[in-house]
Amino acid sequence: MRVGVITFPGSLDDRDALRAIRLAGGDAVSLWHGDHDLHGVDAIVLPGGFSYGDYLRCGAIAAHSPIMSDVVDAANKGMPVLGICNGFQVLVEAHLLAGGLIRNDHGTFVRRDQKLRVENVDTPWTSGYTQGQEITIPLKNGEGGFIADDETLRQLEGDGLVAFRYLNVNPNGSLNDIAGLRNARGNVVGLMPHPEHAVEPGFGPDTPAAMSSGTDGLAMFQSVLRATVLS
Amino acid sequence: MTDHIPDTVENAAATPDKDQPYHLLGLKPDEYQQIGDILGRRPTSGELAMYSVMWSEHCSYKSSKVHLRQFGQKVSPEMTKHLMVGMGENAGVVDIGEGWAVTFKIESHNHPSYIEPFQGAATGVGGIVRDIISMGARPVAVMDALRFGAIDHPDTSRVVNGVVSGISFYGNCLGLPNIGGETWFDSVYQANPLVNALAVGALRHEDLHLANAKGVGNLVVLFGARTGGDGIGGASILASDTFAEGGPTKRPAVQVGDPFAEKVLIECCLELFAGGCVEGIQDLGAAGISCATSELASNGDGGMHITLDNVLLRDPTLTAEEILMSESQERMMAVIRPDKLDAFLAVTTKWDVEASVLGEVTDSGRLVIEWKGKTIVDVDPRTVAIDGPVYNRPMAYPAWLDALQADSPAKFARATDGAELKSQFLTVLGSPNEADTDWITNQYDYYVMGNTALHTPDGAGMIRIDEESGLGVALATDANGRYCQLDPYVGAQLALVESYRNVASSGATPLAVSDCLNFGSPENPEVMWQFARAVEGLADGCMELGIPVTGGNVSFYNQTGDVPIHPTPVVAVLGSIDNVARRLPSGWQDEGENLYLLGVTGDELGGSAWAGAVHDHLGGVPPHVDFTAEKELAGLLGAAAHEGIVTCAVDLGTGGFIRAVADGVLRFGVGARVWIDEIVSRDGVDTTAALFSETQARALVSVAREDDVKFRGLCDGRNVPVLRVGVTDRRSGELEVQGLFSIELEQLRSVHRGTLPAQFGPVVGG
Repeated sequence: MRVGVITFPGSLDDRDALRAIRLAGGDAVSLWHGDHDLHGVDAIVLPGGFSYGDYLRCGAIAAHSPIMSDVVDAANKGMPVLGICNGFQVLVEAHLLAGGLIRNDHGTFVRRDQKLRVENVDTPWTSGYTQGQEITIPLKNGEGGFIADDETLRQLEGDGLVAFRYLNVNPNGSLNDIAGLRNARGNVVGLMPHPEHAVEPGFGPDTPAAMSSGTDGLAMFQSVLRATVLS
Repeated sequence: MTDHIPDTVENAAATPDKDQPYHLLGLKPDEYQQIGDILGRRPTSGELAMYSVMWSEHCSYKSSKVHLRQFGQKVSPEMTKHLMVGMGENAGVVDIGEGWAVTFKIESHNHPSYIEPFQGAATGVGGIVRDIISMGARPVAVMDALRFGAIDHPDTSRVVNGVVSGISFYGNCLGLPNIGGETWFDSVYQANPLVNALAVGALRHEDLHLANAKGVGNLVVLFGARTGGDGIGGASILASDTFAEGGPTKRPAVQVGDPFAEKVLIECCLELFAGGCVEGIQDLGAAGISCATSELASNGDGGMHITLDNVLLRDPTLTAEEILMSESQERMMAVIRPDKLDAFLAVTTKWDVEASVLGEVTDSGRLVIEWKGKTIVDVDPRTVAIDGPVYNRPMAYPAWLDALQADSPAKFARATDGAELKSQFLTVLGSPNEADTDWITNQYDYYVMGNTALHTPDGAGMIRIDEESGLGVALATDANGRYCQLDPYVGAQLALVESYRNVASSGATPLAVSDCLNFGSPENPEVMWQFARAVEGLADGCMELGIPVTGGNVSFYNQTGDVPIHPTPVVAVLGSIDNVARRLPSGWQDEGENLYLLGVTGDELGGSAWAGAVHDHLGGVPPHVDFTAEKELAGLLGAAAHEGIVTCAVDLGTGGFIRAVADGVLRFGVGARVWIDEIVSRDGVDTTAALFSETQARALVSVAREDDVKFRGLCDGRNVPVLRVGVTDRRSGELEVQGLFSIELEQLRSVHRGTLPAQFGPVVGG
């Protein structure tokens, strides 16, 4: 099972995403933004960071980098694609996911261990969770406030396209506490928090059991490996 | 400016009496004279620009050099055992085993951070990170030591918000975990905040790169961001001058940072190193091209020929002098073999990094710079970069010091009942310097890279270096300006042992030191005395502990008007640990563990948090330093961590025993019951001292019951005094000091966490 991680100039969590795929048991493949080559991967992760310095708007320039036309094609044919944080912003800018992401309502960058509820397990990235499962993974962003017009929001909710919702604390003013979305087909998922930072005991969020022991993000990468085997 | 006619060497020789504005560039008349003597003629305007900026205090260390030599002289074989590169390079390099080395350095960006807090702090991070890349290392973490004015002063919020968001913006965008640091508030820093940024990088032994220009005919390449008009004269004007009231605004002299350009530059450099494309490399920081060319040439074959017209400019109207002085960020200079140029440019092109060949290495012994076909600089580079002026400045024992030391906090009546002690405890815990800094640290990413094993609020930050073996490094920074004001010699040593103890408390073995020495004006004899004493104390202390100073930075002229800051020598200690899985956090997580106090307690409250927070007092003498006890304690903590028989270790520092207990309960929200009667009876101190004394060489540890016997045996065997002082209690939800007071953890937390948000705004998520 080959899962690709695209490195854009300014990607930061690309190595973390590659590690997460390896820890989940997959073959992690580095992909380069300037190539038109997906190297035969079965799924793609767009990692966190500040691609192209987030000039213009977060993710806006990356959405037009050469490899993204291949990603859009592959996504439209059903390949699983996950966008994390900046990757989510890129997917939104590429119109693979709905809505927009704006500056946090409180105006500052925030890093915290964030509780989420998994709202939709009918995707290749969330099938390893149970419906309504509560998970804690790190969140770290300056521009994570999810917005959409009323009609889009109604549609997202009505069609069950909200994949993750913030619990207890809404850290950035996102509408309807939306932390992550899926597309109608379900193969494309994006979220602001970082599952790849909660995959290895000793380096994840604290849990009541032990410090830094949280691995709630691992299931996201295991899900896709299972899904690509089945498909 | 396009019609600016550059001053050529020929012209300088022909017009010896031309008036030159050397004083506006920070040079003294005798320094200007000295340049003329070196050259045998007046300098050209380009040469004057170079000398002025390279001979500034910031670049030349002219007032500190004679003292800093001690760091090189007071060295034992034990200290150099792990040292691959010592002082003098961009950053020291320490062997941590398994073929790995780490390089680390702490540097100041104080003056720019007052003028323009956001950009000043951001570029401070950028500059120190480029020092790390220059050694061939991948940067793996940053930390910062910050000093601000009084927390409730109307201007403090501006500076705090700017500095913290600048560090957050730049560090987060680089993808470097921010794993720790410290923050103090004191009115002595009101118009002169301190922003000291630390970076650490990791490299394989064979990847070490040094800043020198060797190999005649090798090419000198400038790459990264284009050169613009920012920061011109920043080094000489900003870092060597004080902020006189009513002077002209200095805003244009602050550089502007672009972390995206730096991130791309990091990846580009690492790929260049991996491809063997680079012979020597130097980052461009203070003094820009002047510094990089003269230092590379001085450290190599001695000569370099540069065509300045080849510098890629952001602003084509820049004059030659401005190009030489520009401090535009995110630039590097490499020395490469001509046959590697194509490979070099292939990598820079891949990363969309611009590069231009400026010239080549020569063996002429001269740094020659051409501009529009004329020679505008022709100097011996060593006279610019190395053999600058050296001052043995006058020193004077401060007239006020005896009276300050005589004013001991012993004059204050000691509390006798539990209610008063509880109130004092909460006052200390909520005081600005002891309060939780999560308002700041929640704006920093410590997760990125996935190797962070410890981070704020743990006493040390820890990073895994080798993902297979778990080999890692721990880092802590400390400085206590209050102690240093009372006694700079002892105060500097206290910063050292505190940082050393923080690293040892994480389970790591301390190996090396980097320091950032922040002081007032060296032209003030009392400040110079403080500086000399602090350096001596630090050098002697490092000798005692057997760990070397590998590099650092001096920042003078930290004062407003005539009032200097408290001497603030920030000491960073780096340690290594075989496997980060054995790390010790600064708090306990489990029920029913025994709490032990290691070390003995004296009545040492001079300069303490208790004296400051409860009595608004600074006087007396600081705690004494016992290096033997520190080494024994560190040895014990390392052994206990290695054998897995302690579950946490909290260093005792400011705020004393009770502050350490508070840290321990708040880290994971697990309560405790502690008692101090045995401290009182064994050590002959009163209750106040048992709770608040800042006696050094102490730590609080938690031990699971099954390891109790083993642990006590270890303490006996290693001669470390130990007392059982409490038990952890998950169910009570409180901290109880037996017979004196108890307090709910929720209340404790709100006192500890409330101070910064009350001034600067809420913490996201509460």
